[in-house]
Amino acid sequence: MSQKISIDPITRLEGHGKIEIFLDDRGNVKNAYLQIPELRGFEQFCVGRPVEEMPRITPRICGVCPMAHHMASTKTIDAVYHVQPTETAVKLRNLVYDAYMLEDHLLHFFFLGGPDFVVTPSAPAAERNILGVIGKVGLETGKKVIDTRRKIRNIITHLSGRVIHPVSGLPGGVSKGLDEEKRQEFLKWARESLEFAKESLGIFNKVVLENQKYVELITGDIYRHQTYYMGLVDENNKVNFYDGKIRVVDPAGVEIAKFSADNYLEYIAEHVEPWSYMKFPFLKKIGWKGFEDGKESGVYRVAPLARLNAADGMATPLAQEEYERMYATLGEKPAHYTLAFHWARLVEVVYAAEHLVQLLQDSSITSPDIRRLPTQTPDEGVGVTEAARGTLIHHYKTDENGIIRAVNLIVATVGNSAAMSMSIAKAARSLIRDGKVDQGILNMVEMAFRSYDPCMACATHHLPGKMPLLIRIHDTDGKIRKIIER
Amino acid sequence: MPKPKFGFYWCSSCGGCEEAIVDLNEKILDVAEQVDIVFWPCAMDFKYSDVRSLQKNEITAVFINGAIRSSEQVEMAKLLREKSQFVISFGACSQLGGIPGLANFWDRQSIFESSYGSKCPSIDNPENIRPQIHSQVAEGELDLPAFHNTVKSLDQVIEVDYYIPGCSPAPYLTMQAIEAILSGKLPAKGSVLAPDVALCNQCSRKDSKPEKLTIGKVERISLVSADPERCFLDQGIICMGPVTRAGCTNDGEGRCIRVNMPCRGCYGPPSEVLDVGAKMTSALATIIGLQNEENAREEDIQKILDQIVDPAGTFYRFSLPVSLLRRKFI
Repeated sequence: MSQKISIDPITRLEGHGKIEIFLDDRGNVKNAYLQIPELRGFEQFCVGRPVEEMPRITPRICGVCPMAHHMASTKTIDAVYHVQPTETAVKLRNLVYDAYMLEDHLLHFFFLGGPDFVVTPSAPAAERNILGVIGKVGLETGKKVIDTRRKIRNIITHLSGRVIHPVSGLPGGVSKGLDEEKRQEFLKWARESLEFAKESLGIFNKVVLENQKYVELITGDIYRHQTYYMGLVDENNKVNFYDGKIRVVDPAGVEIAKFSADNYLEYIAEHVEPWSYMKFPFLKKIGWKGFEDGKESGVYRVAPLARLNAADGMATPLAQEEYERMYATLGEKPAHYTLAFHWARLVEVVYAAEHLVQLLQDSSITSPDIRRLPTQTPDEGVGVTEAARGTLIHHYKTDENGIIRAVNLIVATVGNSAAMSMSIAKAARSLIRDGKVDQGILNMVEMAFRSYDPCMACATHHLPGKMPLLIRIHDTDGKIRKIIER
Repeated sequence: MPKPKFGFYWCSSCGGCEEAIVDLNEKILDVAEQVDIVFWPCAMDFKYSDVRSLQKNEITAVFINGAIRSSEQVEMAKLLREKSQFVISFGACSQLGGIPGLANFWDRQSIFESSYGSKCPSIDNPENIRPQIHSQVAEGELDLPAFHNTVKSLDQVIEVDYYIPGCSPAPYLTMQAIEAILSGKLPAKGSVLAPDVALCNQCSRKDSKPEKLTIGKVERISLVSADPERCFLDQGIICMGPVTRAGCTNDGEGRCIRVNMPCRGCYGPPSEVLDVGAKMTSALATIIGLQNEENAREEDIQKILDQIVDPAGTFYRFSLPVSLLRRKFI
């Protein structure tokens, strides 16, 4: 008798989702599917809009990382208008972008991914949240999380108008500059954030790395996939969030492609399945071979660990030190351990904070030269950034009046869509045996997708209360055989 | 006495409304002390069956964000209506259809085509597969919710008691609304819980708006350097301030305007405005003129009007599903 386990809706990810796990006669996992039951159709309804409105429309794809879309879109309209932003504008864009990466990543550690480790994966669900983390690390640290988030988000509000759906990006620059008084204030906040970034890594070291069980969990086989990795790198092949070339390494770490975003269609294609509204991007030259890992399959991964895997290092000193320490401990590069995404995320937090300090130490950032007006006829452009959740590509075509004719988007989280399905299936296969499913096991299946940072990081685990998960085990004729609730 | 129960749900939305709740910062912990959250799928693991098992009206207030586009969203909205004393429409998508509502310029087929069909340049779909409500995989059957042709606002599907506007709602307005619910000091049913005046009335650039506004030439923000202190409309830049409700910041300054970008109307219209597009068109018709109004000819005025790119997509940026147009018929 075949059975199906439904987790519907899966919770704590950006948007809606469900997981279907099929069991065989003996209650072992045959396969699992991550289904995304939603589509909004931005590619179509942006047609007809003036291109300069895109940085204000596309952030609505994701309200958790609207800055990523705002910035990718702003860079795309630079390209559409063939205008280079001024040097100051690039600094200011980097400033708000680092601020976004910093607060987004930090919050993921404390609010979403962290609780699994800091509180333990099998803790009662009601404790596995931010309050549980505060219980472990102390109220002072908890207050610092909220305080850091507020200050960093204030930087974004000041320069971009709003954190949830920024508006300051224009072709050739930004709409608002920074004055000296604010620079000094923000520099102070940036330094405090850097200290807090270090503290956060310290917590990770103490709680996770000094616990042999966790180290075994991270470096075990349950959460391991050998895939290709993609990320933006600068001219020295160091991780860059704002600009550079897209680099791809194979499962052995060998560079197989390095290209400018303009050429993305030569390298990336998207597969469609009838059972999800989400598409499955893959490396075009390798081809779609199904939900498989290894060198023969075109499945690639994006986001923090993938970025570090695809690069040769970090551009700031302390982040570089932490990068080296991470790979030395994991014992391989590229590191294929999905749970190490959490660690890589904290290395990036340190980088973002260091880079933020560097940008604000440079008094030239207060120059009023924030805009270069477009003079050429708009036509077509591609823009790329590294969103918190991976490589993000926008591509617009316009008429000569700058009205959108076509839009294509390769959205960051989607880059991991095939890998997330594979990770869930593998974790389920490893953990659900002979029909035995309990709460701890279910949370460990969920940890497989949580590593990728399903977007709801900041809104998650915020409130006390029970965190139930309902699993229905069906017979093949659809009758509910067993209900497990937590 | 048992604590009042609150629920949060999202329909077709981006998650920004959820972030806007987290932006209450420490205050959210005070709220959590005063109420029991019984449903919040994006943040907590309550399932649909938890809601089904509640009594009628057992939830004091449910905050629903997002537009309505799928069968699942309709079903959930109806279920939450039944279980709740107050349904609060939270944010622009729920109130007005929001940005996802722009999809009403198109239909399901064209959206599928641009996402999964040959119009998408990165697609590799030789068998021309489209997502299906029911599909068969090797191990069994998988289901997806149906994707509707038209995006709707929440009140086109269920009765709504109050509205908190904005894309996304300002945390201070959310907090005021929560306090009003908890203290029972609520205004008339159907009210929008925000100031009922146009943004222009509170704008920091109000003094630079001339008594009689005239636009000689319509400018695009992408192609000019906007004066950071002067009224946008006076600069010829389309700003939705005249037809948009104030309240996006608690000091009255528009949050987009303060970084020198014009308003796009995410707070929806104040109550005196029935249709944003109609009102904005008439507002512009009065102010678009030539310096020498007596000699203005019809075709000159038309020439200026023609300079407004994408008037429908600009005026109805957040409100196409509740507009007089509702949708474009294809």
